[in-house]
Amino acid sequence: MDMPIPDASILTRKPQIVARLEAVLPPGAVISDPMETRAYECDGLTAYRCQPLAAVLPASTAEVAAVLRICHEEGVPVVPRGSGTSLAGGAMPTADSVILGVARLNAVLETSYDDRYIRVQTGRTNLSVTGAVEADGFFYAPDPSSQLACAIAGNIGMNSGGAHCLKYGVTTNNLLGVTLVLMDGSVVELGGAHLDAAGYDLLGVVCGSEGQLGVVTEATLRILPKPEGARPIMLGFDSNEVAGACVADIIRAGVLPVAIEFMDRPCIRACEAFVHAGYPDVEALLIVEVEGSEEEIASQLARIRAIAERHAPSELRESASAEQSALIWKGRKAAFGAMGQINDYMCLDGTIPVSALPMVLRRIEEMSAQYGLKVANVFHAGDGNMHPLILFDANQPGDLEKCEALGADILCLCVEVGGCLTGEHGVGVEKRDLMSVQFSPDDLSAQMDVKDVFDPGWLLNPAKVFPLAASETRRAGRAS
Amino acid sequence: MMRPETEAALAECVRGARGPLCITGGGTRQALGNPVTGEALSVAGLSGITLYDPGALTLVAQAGTPLAEVEEALAAEGQMLPFEPMDHRAVLGTSGAPTVGGMVACNVSGPRRIQAGACRDSLIGIRFVNGAGAVIRNGGRVMKNVTGYDLVKLLAGSHGTLGVLTEVAFKVLPRPETCLALRIGGLDDAGAVAAMTVALGSPCEANGLVHLSGPAETWIRLEGFADALKVRAGKLAALLKTRCGVSAEIVEAGPARAAFEGFRDLAWAAGRPGDLWRLSVRPSDGPALAARLRAAGAGEIVFDWGGGLLWALAPEGTDLRPALAGPGHATLLRAGPETRRALGAFQPEAPAIAAISKALRARFDPRGILNPGRMG
Ligand SMILES: Cc1cc2nc3c(=O)[nH]c(=O)nc-3n(C[C@H](O)[C@H](O)[C@H](O)COP(=O)(O)OP(=O)(O)OC[C@H]3O[C@@H](n4cnc5c(N)ncnc54)[C@H](O)[C@@H]3O)c2cc1C
Ligand SMILES: Cc1cc2nc3c(=O)[nH]c(=O)nc-3n(C[C@H](O)[C@H](O)[C@H](O)COP(=O)(O)OP(=O)(O)OC[C@H]3O[C@@H](n4cnc5c(N)ncnc54)[C@H](O)[C@@H]3O)c2cc1C
Repeated sequence: MDMPIPDASILTRKPQIVARLEAVLPPGAVISDPMETRAYECDGLTAYRCQPLAAVLPASTAEVAAVLRICHEEGVPVVPRGSGTSLAGGAMPTADSVILGVARLNAVLETSYDDRYIRVQTGRTNLSVTGAVEADGFFYAPDPSSQLACAIAGNIGMNSGGAHCLKYGVTTNNLLGVTLVLMDGSVVELGGAHLDAAGYDLLGVVCGSEGQLGVVTEATLRILPKPEGARPIMLGFDSNEVAGACVADIIRAGVLPVAIEFMDRPCIRACEAFVHAGYPDVEALLIVEVEGSEEEIASQLARIRAIAERHAPSELRESASAEQSALIWKGRKAAFGAMGQINDYMCLDGTIPVSALPMVLRRIEEMSAQYGLKVANVFHAGDGNMHPLILFDANQPGDLEKCEALGADILCLCVEVGGCLTGEHGVGVEKRDLMSVQFSPDDLSAQMDVKDVFDPGWLLNPAKVFPLAASETRRAGRAS
Repeated sequence: MMRPETEAALAECVRGARGPLCITGGGTRQALGNPVTGEALSVAGLSGITLYDPGALTLVAQAGTPLAEVEEALAAEGQMLPFEPMDHRAVLGTSGAPTVGGMVACNVSGPRRIQAGACRDSLIGIRFVNGAGAVIRNGGRVMKNVTGYDLVKLLAGSHGTLGVLTEVAFKVLPRPETCLALRIGGLDDAGAVAAMTVALGSPCEANGLVHLSGPAETWIRLEGFADALKVRAGKLAALLKTRCGVSAEIVEAGPARAAFEGFRDLAWAAGRPGDLWRLSVRPSDGPALAARLRAAGAGEIVFDWGGGLLWALAPEGTDLRPALAGPGHATLLRAGPETRRALGAFQPEAPAIAAISKALRARFDPRGILNPGRMG
């Protein structure tokens, strides 16, 4: 993977740049010793690494603004970072860039149950937002599997989702407002605690812009009352087709589960071997969860059971207790860990129309045979977000490259059937060069026009999202 | 008037334009927004549902498709547009067929917005022609998509000033089997917002909460499967009794549905004189805002979205914006051209935001020919 050649003039000015940053931040907030900046050399995509020029950890919007003003004047690229759990290399630095981490921005600023919002600094972790309101019966809906570690900043950067987005939507559907610091150090407020602000939906574009339009320091988030209860049902089928048809029938019948998870046989076997959840050895397993009051849960599960029975499942297990529910979820939740036990793996993230599911699974199987690499599938079937896991051996020369090629083929297949390159992990550096598969030059240009407006000098996270060739003239500062 | 039949022909019209274009869908909005003068470019020729996949909860339609056609197709499969778009013909006294493109361009939502999100939240993909005549695609037809920037959101509510929409894709939802409403009489604004807040803070999933201050009637809608709904309504009524000391009457599906259609389309304001304002604030600010609006001359006030959306009738030419006095925004929905020119249809933006908006317009529409002036 190519990255632009670091700007030598920035590298030689390192002492001066670091001194200026130290002058506006409290002691300890600027990290420039290569021993210590190593902690920031990559995010969750560990295959690619690079040490930044420096890392800064400001603790207020004003400090973020001061840092950006300096970097703007010095022409230094800035890479915003939340918790660094991005799987797309979105927070990976370049040698001539400053990492701006928001980990110290973690306060709850305001909570209003009457208006159902919470305002937090964006370094706060996703799970601790729910933690702050849980005792009062509320929760923050988007729940990426990384929620214990990932920050609201990164969730906004990537427009992250989770298992429950079929019902509750993704970050953009739960974000009411942000405080945004632009590259020149100016601070703007977008949206707020009231709905549908007039004017262009700038908040909507900032969400998912992968740290390229501005640095978000505060966020107003929608919080929701917790449902009374939730319960899963587990369904096993002898064919992917039938399982896929069952998913579509459940949805068409008017039941809206909060989650529909799909696992294929390689995945089921690996999970079962790892955590002994009692999964049957079937071709496809569905875990469908509904929520509501006891009566509502019973009535929805009865409907789902009736639909499933029409498809002659080889297994149908409705949870009857909290322990059984936990057991049903246990294998699914351990899926990535389970695969990691057996093999090195690469986790893909593409989306397809649910109706294309059987065909896509068949094609993946064929490609897997061609490349001689095994693929296991876990899948948010309600919304078409696939996570094929390609198993490979990192110590085997050439295996990683083969794995990357297979991954690219699978993602192109997603686009071909009407889906997209990434459903929740983002483009980052990982899928940057595949963007031209999904978008025409005009499509990409329209997106880059937005970057030109927010960050005319292309200093914020510049080498991400867009193929380097497509962004080259703009990055060279010839925008406008 | 230009009325192209294909996206390519529409792009050609834009490329060939010598001056400002006034984009029309169903043309039901002629009296709305800041006035635009220009040659009419109708999108009505681009019509038809291009893809409907009920099992995947997605629908794609050309921008000029009448909204009614989309709603019928969805109803036939027991599905719906979650945001419950209003039909504003009665209140504006216009005729014609509202289109899905016009709905998206204005980000039109109804009462269910408070629970299910706005039009922009259901919009998952678009195709549009920018001011230079290039065809741009963004988003797609799948619900989860973080591939590149979300221009879908940017174009929703841009009132035709960044591009002419040619195709729109939605995430749809199953239509609830039935509905019920709780009706409470005699509450003042503060009491009504308190009751609606209790409902919204409970797990009952109330998805329509409207208070009419004139007759002092508060309505809370619940939707779902018939069997479970009765139980839920009973629980909510009991909760309102203990928390707010109010008694609610249960209204059956038929009259409840009719009532909410009326609220959605502002039936109460149809045919009545005066300017019509739409104000969005935090629900807890609603009652105090209503008091200030009355002091400023507003007559009837209706609360939607649990108290966060206020509709106010005011004597012609009255500026209600100063009453906001806090975060929120006031839009002039219906008024004569004089008033619209004097007060502006939209809430003025902070200078930094206005600068970004202007720069975006310059990028997407370098010649300034798409609905110039509509958004200021
Ligand atoms: C085990 C595991 C499971 C995961 N599961 C999911 C899942 O279920 N769903 C899902 O969506 N993702 C998932 N992810 C991916 C990742 O956790 C999410 O993308 C997450 O939102 C990243 O948050 P972060 O705080 O770690 O961000 P980072 O990795 O630090 O940054 C992510 C992006 O946001 C930008 N950014 C960071 N801070 C700011 C800021 N203050 N202002 C502007 N931009 C900023 C960065 O520049 C970068 O482009 C998973 C990752 C792991 C490791
Ligand atoms: C200031 C204002 C506030 C409003 N508030 C509400 C509200 O709160 N709730 C509500 O339900 N309705 C509201 N409306 C009404 C809304 O405009 C109509 O319901 C909807 O636009 C009807 O669609 P139409 O096809 O008749 O569009 P038209 O009346 O033809 O056009 C509506 C607007 O969209 C533009 N437009 C139309 N088609 C396209 C296209 N394909 N691409 C790009 N732009 C296009 C037009 O130029 C025009 O600016 C509001 C409108 C305005 C201007």
